[in-house]
Amino acid sequence: MSETTYHEMWEKLNLDLPAHDALLAVLGKFYGDIYMSQQGRLKGMEYLDFVLSEVHGLRIKELQEAKAAGRKVVGAFCVFVPEELTLAANCVQVGLCAGAEAGTELAETLVPRNTCALIKSFIGFKLARICPYIESCDLIVGETTCDGKKKAYEAFSEIAPVYVMEVPQCKSDADRALWRSEIVKYKARIEELTGEAITADKLGQAIRLVNAKRRALNRLAALRAADPAPISGRDALLINQVSFYDDPVRFTTSVNALCDQMEERIAAREGVAAKGTPRLLLSGCPMAVPNWKLPFVVEGSGAVIVGEESCIGTRNTRDLVDETAETLDDMLEALTDRYLKIDCACFTPNAERQDNIIALARDLKADGVIHYALQFCQPYTHEAFKVEKALTRDGLPMLAIETDYGMQDVGQLKTRVEAFVEMLKA
Amino acid sequence: MDVRLDALGVDIGSRSVEVVGLAGGEVVVSLKAPTAFDPAGQCARLLEGLAAGRTTATGYGRDLFVRTFGAEARLGVVATVTEIQAYARGAAHLFPEAHSVLDIGGQDTKAVVLAPKGRVLRFEMNDRCAAGTGKFLEFMATALQVPLTEFGAFALRGRRGLKVNSMCTVFAESEAVSLMGAGERPEDIALALHLAMVERLSGMLRRNACAAPLVFAGGVARNPCAVALVSEWLGTPAVVPADPDAVGALGAALCALQAAEMRA
Repeated sequence: MSETTYHEMWEKLNLDLPAHDALLAVLGKFYGDIYMSQQGRLKGMEYLDFVLSEVHGLRIKELQEAKAAGRKVVGAFCVFVPEELTLAANCVQVGLCAGAEAGTELAETLVPRNTCALIKSFIGFKLARICPYIESCDLIVGETTCDGKKKAYEAFSEIAPVYVMEVPQCKSDADRALWRSEIVKYKARIEELTGEAITADKLGQAIRLVNAKRRALNRLAALRAADPAPISGRDALLINQVSFYDDPVRFTTSVNALCDQMEERIAAREGVAAKGTPRLLLSGCPMAVPNWKLPFVVEGSGAVIVGEESCIGTRNTRDLVDETAETLDDMLEALTDRYLKIDCACFTPNAERQDNIIALARDLKADGVIHYALQFCQPYTHEAFKVEKALTRDGLPMLAIETDYGMQDVGQLKTRVEAFVEMLKA
Repeated sequence: MDVRLDALGVDIGSRSVEVVGLAGGEVVVSLKAPTAFDPAGQCARLLEGLAAGRTTATGYGRDLFVRTFGAEARLGVVATVTEIQAYARGAAHLFPEAHSVLDIGGQDTKAVVLAPKGRVLRFEMNDRCAAGTGKFLEFMATALQVPLTEFGAFALRGRRGLKVNSMCTVFAESEAVSLMGAGERPEDIALALHLAMVERLSGMLRRNACAAPLVFAGGVARNPCAVALVSEWLGTPAVVPADPDAVGALGAALCALQAAEMRA
């Protein structure tokens, strides 16, 4: 596949070609510095390297081919959007990344400056016309997980085809009823988009397909309990990031193959870092492609990351949808239950998140937790306080980091993280 | 002929470079120079004629130090520790009874709670801006046209009553300028600026449950008003080392010594 063909495709998608070329150049260099410099990577990561090298190429071409064949493309920013319904309507669902600083000045014409980097990023990518995923979407599904996003979708709906799902803030019966109705409404919206009715048969298949993907990612997550760590945190994060936009069947097969290699490596007592290297769990806000800053800093400071308690991590994969339901109605019930188990900081009081972090840290034999919050992210910056209290009670040291996508604070982050690692080693 | 030491500690901060050399368990070398625009060059000048079995660098220039001097045989094995670890070790060595450390340098402020033997129990560093650091005082001294070394004594002559609300270095400066425009006495404004800074620090100390005996180190510990206000907040005098800027270099040297002993 030649670059020229991609250029034609990108031009058809109305991308700003010079700006987009510049973005790809930066992304390629960034990936080289952070990923290709690693020692002892698993062979299966070649697949991920390939997928990432074709992130705006081959995968976009596949989306255009799907569209040409009559399928619709649905974009989402959040793990609350039920992929099962999207797939049951024969649509392609892609997670829109929003993990890089782009078009910030443009974004600040639509949202206030004290908005988190993730929101500014998705608006910036759209306004700067440099994201072929956004431009390929027939529908973009937003959600009300924080005030920043809720209000940003109002502005975003002026420039993109947006549909918003209302996520409740508590988990009472009334909240469950609200969420159940939101799932039903989303089903109707996606049926309207495609003109295709979602049947029990199709939804059952989609539930099993998405569960298989989650199982593969959970298998990978569990293998990281081994010491020495069989995979770097950077690679594991990348796999979780790619899970949002790759073809689910192909992705699941590749992750399972990778897990086979990890098992061989564990049996041989080999890993990416020496046995006894301080092991850290990342916890908090999602790290979207290409937000690899903190993992890079952590793994350059003499520690290895063994898990991500994050939407791009275990929050997205931990819970499966019950597969025993037979009727459409029971399946919608099962979806409602599964999605309400998500322990997003947008809920109150959300005490289960602390329990989940502690359990995960214990399972993965983590020596400490780095709590990561995006600057201006109220839900997660608030939770940092109570998570730290809960972890301290449990004897788990925690370092709270608040940052954004800029690289200006890398030196200061490195000092904090190194000091935390020194503390764990002493 | 080089002076032979057991261990060297080098602290490359944003404002100054300090070198401490240990021999026979004593500090036998203690040197200081401004960081200027050439930290590696300043280090080279300070290290002239010195040799050690092991050298540990700390401060924001620690990685630069390893890149520049890592292969110099006379410095022995060259390693790094963070400022947090270095200040904890140095402070605990000077004051074994210390509970916590407050270090205010040129661009970083850190609060550290100590565990036995100079280990770190918990710590916090200021965010990326200059609020509550030496840089803040430097800007404010300039705005009030008082030499930085006299700024603390100048502020101590002020009367209480004025309030500076912003801790952003840029906004606080404009507040100070407005107060001057309103005819307020510069000493009173200077005191208000110090109070604003210590109020911010007290949040960091409170969050981390830092208690006395508290070692106040770093360049700002030379400012008598900062020391008085921190002591007032603590309810007991803060412990200020004779050479507060050199605590990091001393701690780094102690880390080097310990590493050398562990090898032996």
